[in-house]
Amino acid sequence: MSAKSDPKAYWSANVRLILISLAIWALVSFGFGIILRPALSGITIGGADLGFWFAQQGSILVFLVLIFFYAWRMNRLDQQFGVDEE
Amino acid sequence: MDQFTLNLLFVGASFALYIGIAIWARAGSTSEFYAAGRGVHPVTNGMATAADWMSAASFISMAGLIAFTGYDNSSFLMGWTGGYVLLALLLAPYLRKFGKFTVSEFIGDRFYSKTARMVAVICLLVASITYVIGQMQGVGIAFGRFLEIDAFWGLLIGACVVFAYAVFGGMKGVTYTQVAQYCVLITAYTIPAVFISLQLTGNPIPALGLFGEHSASGEPLLVKLDQIVTDLGFAEYTAAHGSTINMVLFTLSLMIGTAGLPHVIMRFFTVPRVSDARWSAGWTLVFIALLYLTAPAVGAMARLNISELMWPNGTDGEAVSVEQIETDPEYGWMETWQKTGLLGWEDKNGDGRIQYYNDANADLQARAAEKGWEGNELVNFNRDILVLANPEIASLPGWVIGLVAAGGLAAALSTAAGLLLAISSAVSHDLLKGQLTPNMSEKSELMAARISMAAAIVVAVILGLNPPGFAAQTVALAFGLAAASIFPALMMGIFSTRINNAGAVAGMLAGLLVTLLYIFLHKGWFFIPDTNSFTDADPLLGPIQSTSFGAVGAAVNFAVAYIVAGMTKETPQEIKDLVESVRVPRGAGVAVDGH
Repeated sequence: MSAKSDPKAYWSANVRLILISLAIWALVSFGFGIILRPALSGITIGGADLGFWFAQQGSILVFLVLIFFYAWRMNRLDQQFGVDEE
Repeated sequence: MDQFTLNLLFVGASFALYIGIAIWARAGSTSEFYAAGRGVHPVTNGMATAADWMSAASFISMAGLIAFTGYDNSSFLMGWTGGYVLLALLLAPYLRKFGKFTVSEFIGDRFYSKTARMVAVICLLVASITYVIGQMQGVGIAFGRFLEIDAFWGLLIGACVVFAYAVFGGMKGVTYTQVAQYCVLITAYTIPAVFISLQLTGNPIPALGLFGEHSASGEPLLVKLDQIVTDLGFAEYTAAHGSTINMVLFTLSLMIGTAGLPHVIMRFFTVPRVSDARWSAGWTLVFIALLYLTAPAVGAMARLNISELMWPNGTDGEAVSVEQIETDPEYGWMETWQKTGLLGWEDKNGDGRIQYYNDANADLQARAAEKGWEGNELVNFNRDILVLANPEIASLPGWVIGLVAAGGLAAALSTAAGLLLAISSAVSHDLLKGQLTPNMSEKSELMAARISMAAAIVVAVILGLNPPGFAAQTVALAFGLAAASIFPALMMGIFSTRINNAGAVAGMLAGLLVTLLYIFLHKGWFFIPDTNSFTDADPLLGPIQSTSFGAVGAAVNFAVAYIVAGMTKETPQEIKDLVESVRVPRGAGVAVDGH
């Protein structure tokens, strides 16, 4: 692979992945759970609205997916750039 | 068998289990004390970290705060789980690559400064001691209930047990003891929740029951709950009432505080490989989420049960009679909790009934005048008793109550003991041996560790007598302090080569001091009552309450660090190389002790 053993490219790929993940992290918790809750109030889920569900359940589930996704993606990036642990 | 004996049996059996495992695991290896996680599978490590992390705040206090406030306290749920995303993405893999054992060692090396290391130790001490106060509150309540004595004596007895537990020491370092503690606490939390969810909604999974249908009325559970609490004049459960800005800052403070707490970060220093540090954070959150997804259901369902118990004939009918509270076994929990001084009722209007309602609400005041009520008669209901009382409130079998007592103590004791160990090693290892008296013998280092542990617990008990809030709120203050001091230093240490020694020191000091000042202004100096100048009902800065200030403190930390670093000498090349090497996983050896 052309990108092999280029620490700068590896680091910027990592930072890009972190930024995308943190954008989702903020969107589900601060966004759907708090700030955007009034905008989502039309969508009901079991006696409450979607924002309430995100605040008490949804964001936790998304956090879990995010961490495992990041770990999987980074471990592949490590190999692509040849910086993984032997 | 009476309830007291049953509780004793469960608590005794769980302690025997932890000690048994500690002895068994110890015989195999003696070097486990520091490197608790080395050679341990990420799943096992995740479970142990979850036990270390979930304390009295998560187990005993949090659901009670959600129950009585509703949606507004969702911050605890998002904050104390969202922090793991930051930990996994921003800190854990790099700190593992760095390969030392403590947070202050990383800060000392990265910022090539003994002062930075010392300041980091002080920040850790301030946050940890505040954290211990919250744990001691939980321990006091659990012992008070379990021994059926006043919470004050529960606190003193609990302090002695915690001290003995922490001095016994190595136990904390043995991963398998923590795995056992996790199993006890998650079982104890989940079983009553499943029972209650089945009773109320017919759904065995509490997280689904919360959004399910209330079997008795056929309405959605949350709609039913909203209706009952508003009938009694309380704020609607699912609606937002507080300031949005404050809620965002509070959630953010808890998140970045999680990623700045030494006893959690330390667990990721010692996993075998960098890739394991990433997985391990994920597994930890899996095990934490099992409790956190259940907690909001516990809170909502308990609130519904309590309201229905106080108004057995519906909110339009007659309230529960004093006679029924004193004789009906369904109300037995009220009698037992009254002994702790954390629950109280008073028949103010002498009608032989206990009216529970919001007497500050104008509509209810009109109704009260009509019916001859003279104020809310359930005069005291400490939020922190809710989870422990929950199985009794729902009339669950005695063994469930015993199990919950054991689980609550497991949560509070494991974290309190872990924090005391962190405090004592910070004082004896980092502060005394690392800085002040480097030639100290191993024996006097151990003595200093014990003395500082004893001192920390005495301070925590004294401050815990007048706690600055319910257990989870006290703990939230500790998170604010960690958020404002440690997290920014760690993050800048990894992601910016520009920040130098002076910048980091100035940033940490500014973040810590401004947050501490804001907390003391609102909660009283050193939490001494009546020394505060402001209250959280009417805070100094707009809507920002003292528990939410950690995020502001962190912003101050970042800003000061960048400004000071810009005015002082650039980071030397070898430190820049260090940062570069921390960023790539290749070449990570095993963690080593820096001394």
